[in-house]
Amino acid sequence: MDVRLTAEQRQLRDAAAKLADDLGPGSVQDLADDGRITRLDKQIETTGWRSLRSDEASGVEVAIVAEEFGRGLVDAPFLGPVLADDLARQVGADGTGSTIAVGGHAIDARGYQRALTLDGTTVSAVDLGAVRAAVDLTRATADLAGTAVAVGDLDSDAAERWLALALATTSADLVGTARGAHTLACDYAKIREQYGKSIGSYQAVAHLLAESLALIEGSVSVLRHAAWAVDELAPAEAIRAGRVAKIYCARAARTVCETAIQVHGGIGNTWECLAHVYLRRALTSAELWPVKLEEIDVGLP
Amino acid sequence: MDFRDSHDEAAFRDRLRSWLSLHAKEFPSSGDEYWARQGEWHRALYEGGFFGLSWPREYGGQELPPVYDVILDEELARAGAPPRPSLGYLVAGLSRHGSKELCSRFLPGMINGTERWCQGFSEPGAGSDLASLTTTASREGDNYVVHGHKIWTSYSDVADWCLLLGRTDPGAKRHRGISAFIISMKQPGVQQRPLQMINGVTTEFGQVFFDGATVPAEHLVGAPGEGWPLAMTVVGHEREPSTLGYAARYGKLVRELAARTDGPASEELAWAAVQTEMLTHHVRRRLSEQLDGVTHTSDGSLDKLLMTWVEQSVGHAALSVGGIDDPGLLSAYLYSRAQSVMGGTSQIQKNIIASRILGLGA
Repeated sequence: MDVRLTAEQRQLRDAAAKLADDLGPGSVQDLADDGRITRLDKQIETTGWRSLRSDEASGVEVAIVAEEFGRGLVDAPFLGPVLADDLARQVGADGTGSTIAVGGHAIDARGYQRALTLDGTTVSAVDLGAVRAAVDLTRATADLAGTAVAVGDLDSDAAERWLALALATTSADLVGTARGAHTLACDYAKIREQYGKSIGSYQAVAHLLAESLALIEGSVSVLRHAAWAVDELAPAEAIRAGRVAKIYCARAARTVCETAIQVHGGIGNTWECLAHVYLRRALTSAELWPVKLEEIDVGLP
Repeated sequence: MDFRDSHDEAAFRDRLRSWLSLHAKEFPSSGDEYWARQGEWHRALYEGGFFGLSWPREYGGQELPPVYDVILDEELARAGAPPRPSLGYLVAGLSRHGSKELCSRFLPGMINGTERWCQGFSEPGAGSDLASLTTTASREGDNYVVHGHKIWTSYSDVADWCLLLGRTDPGAKRHRGISAFIISMKQPGVQQRPLQMINGVTTEFGQVFFDGATVPAEHLVGAPGEGWPLAMTVVGHEREPSTLGYAARYGKLVRELAARTDGPASEELAWAAVQTEMLTHHVRRRLSEQLDGVTHTSDGSLDKLLMTWVEQSVGHAALSVGGIDDPGLLSAYLYSRAQSVMGGTSQIQKNIIASRILGLGA
């Protein structure tokens, strides 16, 4: 048993973190900065991370980038194209220029005209309609236009593994958003003063933030197992690991984001505060390949 | 990265499984019956080659990586055997702060189970604020004479020795005046009174009254006035991931509850299952990080908080399945309430996380 990240994985994490810190939105106003978004898109294109799976990256590595992008509220397509690339490579189709459609719409749709979708074991391609307003302010959603055209079939193991990857990587996005929201709240608690002292020095506030950190640490652990399981466990076990991680990380992320709003007080409930941007992203990632508690088989393993 | 056993770990697990298939059922695993025979269980486990796995070889341990303790905990739970006696914090305190002579004299018996130990830290007036303790140890010739009242002293009624904190310099600032001793529990001047816990168990915790009990000066651990760093080592290790080895035990209870449930699991049971799995993976991650030489000081408070949430969610699941009429499940539920108090309350863990990890100046 040794579940540490390798040196290469730590380097990947640091590179993804740097990209997110340098080019992700630092404020709500930044979300409308088209120049920044162009630079961000270009930089991500240079890294080649949208085709990580074609480059033989593990689920752990995709999750590492997804987590850092969630933490930095990276408002450029990543999960959609990376999951599309994984489907395309397995059916021998061309995945470039495709994002993913799930639940009747396309995710990460900005700049994409086509989405791949997995129905049972069949991979289909579908054209995208207009991008529409979505809950998530960092990732675009588009309606589907026209009918889906089958492009190939996976065997059932591969289809299950792909679902496990989707569960693990959306869990990773949740862990990232939780971490980002928590950092925002801690930074604020250190500078905001009431009664002549920083609010973080009061136990009532400090304990909320301490609880959030424990939830994040638990999330990191359960995510790591799910991300590892994608390639290393039998498909059914990998899905189960993904479901457990998704439930835990979704609950934790929502609580951590809500706490971030609470710690910011009145300002936390305004559009200008980034806290709701994290919450919106977390709610959205929870709803992608959603998992309900009753789907967890408690008798196993 | 690998969550699975290595070759050596798998071989160890196999050996342990065969040993447990012969011995697991010989010992009661809960309640007063467990505590009554805990010493025998400890010695059996040690003689089988399955106790003290990660501790120093020269004192009877095997110097295996801490992950072996997790394998041990998992297999004990799986076999329905009693849990591993919890001594790691005393071993850590003594081996880090005690002289070579004291370690050679006391660690082997502590590890092999021939001498039983307890820990005399908390007092009725010194719980979370441990440094406010008032037990005194006054030098008289070659001895110290101890007066005071200790509480929450696990296994005090069967203990041969106690790692005791007492005030040796009443004039010194509160942390500085505290010293640590190894004091014999088998002497006049030491009186026991058991505490009955809310689940009815009477043999786990005791109160101990020291009224003129003596301890030879050479049983002072470290120098006079240096008891506080030892105390911090001990309480830090009470929150170590390998000490928090109960994930497997919670998992077993969750599966038993699932087996007793007709139809779909209740939300409380499913949530307990999810959290239990989280803890299983969390312990592996923490122990893996130790391979880098990362020692978990304040991080132990995060682990303790997570473990507490898990145990208490399993307690709620037990209540949701068994109601109040199943004595075993009710006892598991009631016992779970102590988890957010023992080894440092959840409030104290949050204070530590907020001030030492988050730097919130709390």
